[in-house]
Amino acid sequence: MAMVTTPTPWFLRRPKASHGIWSWVTTVDHKRIGIMYGYTAFVFFILGGLEALLIRAQLATPEGKLISADLYNQLFTTHGVTMIFLVVMPMGAAFFNYFIPLMIGARDVAFPRLNSLSYWVFLFGGLFLYSSWFFGGAPDGGWFGYAPLSSSAGFLPGDHRIDFYALGLQILGVASIVASANFITTILNMRAPGMKLMKMPVFIWMSLVVNFLLLFAMPVIAVALFFMTFDRTFGALFFAPAGGGDPILWQHLFWLFGHPEVYILILPAMGIVSEILPVFSRKPLFGYSFVVFSGAAIGFMGWGVWAHHMFTVGLGPAANSAFAVSTMFIAVPTGVKIFNWMATMAGGSLKFKTPMLFSIGFIAMFIIGGLSGVTHSIVPHDAQQQDTYYIVAHFHYVLFGGAIIGLFGGLYFWFPKIYGKMMDERLGKIHFWMMLIGFNMTFGPFHILGLKGMPRRYYTYQAGLGWEMWNMLSTVGAFLIAASTLVFMHNWVKSKRKGEIAGNDPWDARTLEWTIPSPPPEYNFAVIPTVTERDDFWHRKYKEDKKGRPVPVPVGGSEEHSEDAEHDAGHGIHMPSPSYFPLVAAIGMPVAGFAVILHSWPLGIVGTVITLAGFYGWVLEPATAEEH
Amino acid sequence: MHDATVEETHAEHDPHATYTGLDNVKLAMWAFLGSECLFFGALIASHLLYRNRTGTGPTRHDVYDIPYTSVSSFVLLMSSLTMVLALAAIQRGDHRKLRIWLLATSLLGASFIGGQFFEFTEFVHKGLTLQTSPFGSSFFVLTGFHGTHVAIGILMLLTMYTLSKLGKLDPFSEGAKKVEMVGLYWHFVDIIWIVIFTVVYLFP
Repeated sequence: MAMVTTPTPWFLRRPKASHGIWSWVTTVDHKRIGIMYGYTAFVFFILGGLEALLIRAQLATPEGKLISADLYNQLFTTHGVTMIFLVVMPMGAAFFNYFIPLMIGARDVAFPRLNSLSYWVFLFGGLFLYSSWFFGGAPDGGWFGYAPLSSSAGFLPGDHRIDFYALGLQILGVASIVASANFITTILNMRAPGMKLMKMPVFIWMSLVVNFLLLFAMPVIAVALFFMTFDRTFGALFFAPAGGGDPILWQHLFWLFGHPEVYILILPAMGIVSEILPVFSRKPLFGYSFVVFSGAAIGFMGWGVWAHHMFTVGLGPAANSAFAVSTMFIAVPTGVKIFNWMATMAGGSLKFKTPMLFSIGFIAMFIIGGLSGVTHSIVPHDAQQQDTYYIVAHFHYVLFGGAIIGLFGGLYFWFPKIYGKMMDERLGKIHFWMMLIGFNMTFGPFHILGLKGMPRRYYTYQAGLGWEMWNMLSTVGAFLIAASTLVFMHNWVKSKRKGEIAGNDPWDARTLEWTIPSPPPEYNFAVIPTVTERDDFWHRKYKEDKKGRPVPVPVGGSEEHSEDAEHDAGHGIHMPSPSYFPLVAAIGMPVAGFAVILHSWPLGIVGTVITLAGFYGWVLEPATAEEH
Repeated sequence: MHDATVEETHAEHDPHATYTGLDNVKLAMWAFLGSECLFFGALIASHLLYRNRTGTGPTRHDVYDIPYTSVSSFVLLMSSLTMVLALAAIQRGDHRKLRIWLLATSLLGASFIGGQFFEFTEFVHKGLTLQTSPFGSSFFVLTGFHGTHVAIGILMLLTMYTLSKLGKLDPFSEGAKKVEMVGLYWHFVDIIWIVIFTVVYLFP
């Protein structure tokens, strides 16, 4: 650059590393951030899984002596919080990050540095939560943290377990709100020319709904968590019955967030499955607009069902009936989707590759979980099931059998795009069947245990109640799931190293991410594509004959143009420069969290100053690095 | 294919073109403010639940001084006017006027916070604290969070002031966009106060 500019001070120069650890720490590339989200979520998946194995080992036999009641409380709480906030949500975010720009034909998200901020805040929030294990114990009030147990200051001096819960979730909420504003803007504004709303892939639609849910649900839990922190730290009386406060307010606020949260967890998997099924059925998704509008309907109706978590609280018959009806209603759009997925497969030429198996597994398990869910809408029935293992069975069928299985399907489906190699099919199928069988062995018996009256969250039970066999079966199943996960990890590492080369489009797929090389170049698209059809890539490859069967477009038809463009790819495309400042801004937040726990004003000021310094550096640093 | 090429080159020429035609930052700001609506919505709803739960402590009729709070509300509303004038100034490229109006907006915001600080001390003297009753807890947390929002707004206004002084709000179209975003936030915080003043103070 010939222009004379004032020299930039060292701390405002943009980092330049393009490989090595610093390039990852300072990256603003949505693909790298997506990969970091994915690996971090997987590490937490292992941790949450180990917690679950300890729980199952304790419950394998009556009067288990492996872990104490106190440790048990910490384990089931951390397991729940981990799987929801540190596994399924960030794994969804990993897919949003990596694939939203690729599937809408964009070069990055709308705000790359904000995106990196979301990741770091999420990571530090998770580490902050887990640091509780070293400071007197992990949260032990359940993932729902019911007041007043949670809102009374610790019963023992120095008991900060619930503070870690309240502040940790608060930090994680910041990450979610920031990410949601970013993704909403990305989806609405960064679409390739021609990609009207009703031409967007279903995964993009579901992402849009999820991010609106995050945007509006996270502030509600933020308020509830602030109330809890004020009660515990500053002696406020929000949830203290003795002082006139109402613990039920916590439940309302929590579930007003908590039920949309359920859809935040499941809709990404529904979007993934809606992409996988058409590819391996070689048919377009049946009833695209029904699936899209059902997703949107779930997004709206999800706000009107929260009190079905509170049927035994005593809200009165009017409220209970209203929420029973709305809960039955919300099963309709979900059912619509299931029928559409099945109709997509009907009459297709099905190829049972691993991603397809996981998608079919998702549908089957989700049907079971969905049906047991509808049974909860019947108030007297729910009164019987409340706080029994029947509930535990239900939500594991939707969150593990649904969300986790669906997300695994997505990993198998898009692994070739991310790493340019194929995953091993044989190991993939072994993983699928082991996990499916292990899953049903673990959680199927919970239905029976629940109906036999086994209560949740008890650290042990007595012999002679008819629960022994089912509990043992469940524990064996849990270890089978663990073994299947090892198969998956082995497959991942092995395929990453020496998997078969994938090429651009190994599945003969339908959406834009498959038009570009695998792994995608930093700038994604050398030429921004123009979209004319839903599943545009498919229509570039195939025309339909008179009976509606796909006929390949002759080679050289429409491909050539883009081949030419690919040739001098990458020249003159300016990608956003890396930055340190999102990391700096994120570090301040756990520091401020510790300040609240330690009642330390100086530390609070330090945390705030770090975060502010991060934001000021962010505003002041040059938009792109100086060129050489 | 021919059409496609035309559109592509168009997109290449204007990297800021968006699908909806709305600016990215503005769209994200509106999304964030939508999120804030739920934040204050939950705070206000909780306060409504607790406004009569005063226990043995003072009630709202004992502590509220409506004429006093009306004046400080008026001060905050006037700051929206000066904010509009600041934006108009930079849109004309007039940095001197911009700085004057930014400073005026910050001062009005600071007076509002000063007034709130005085009000809080008065309430504490009358026996209403965070620990007195659910009414006290929800009042102080709601208005406290609003005050924090105003304080963050003042920080942003002063940042804009400094940037303008350093000549970093150029070219002015980019600078005007930044000021406009601060303005959106500032107006939002004012509007929330209108709701709080009406619902919390004026509702009988």
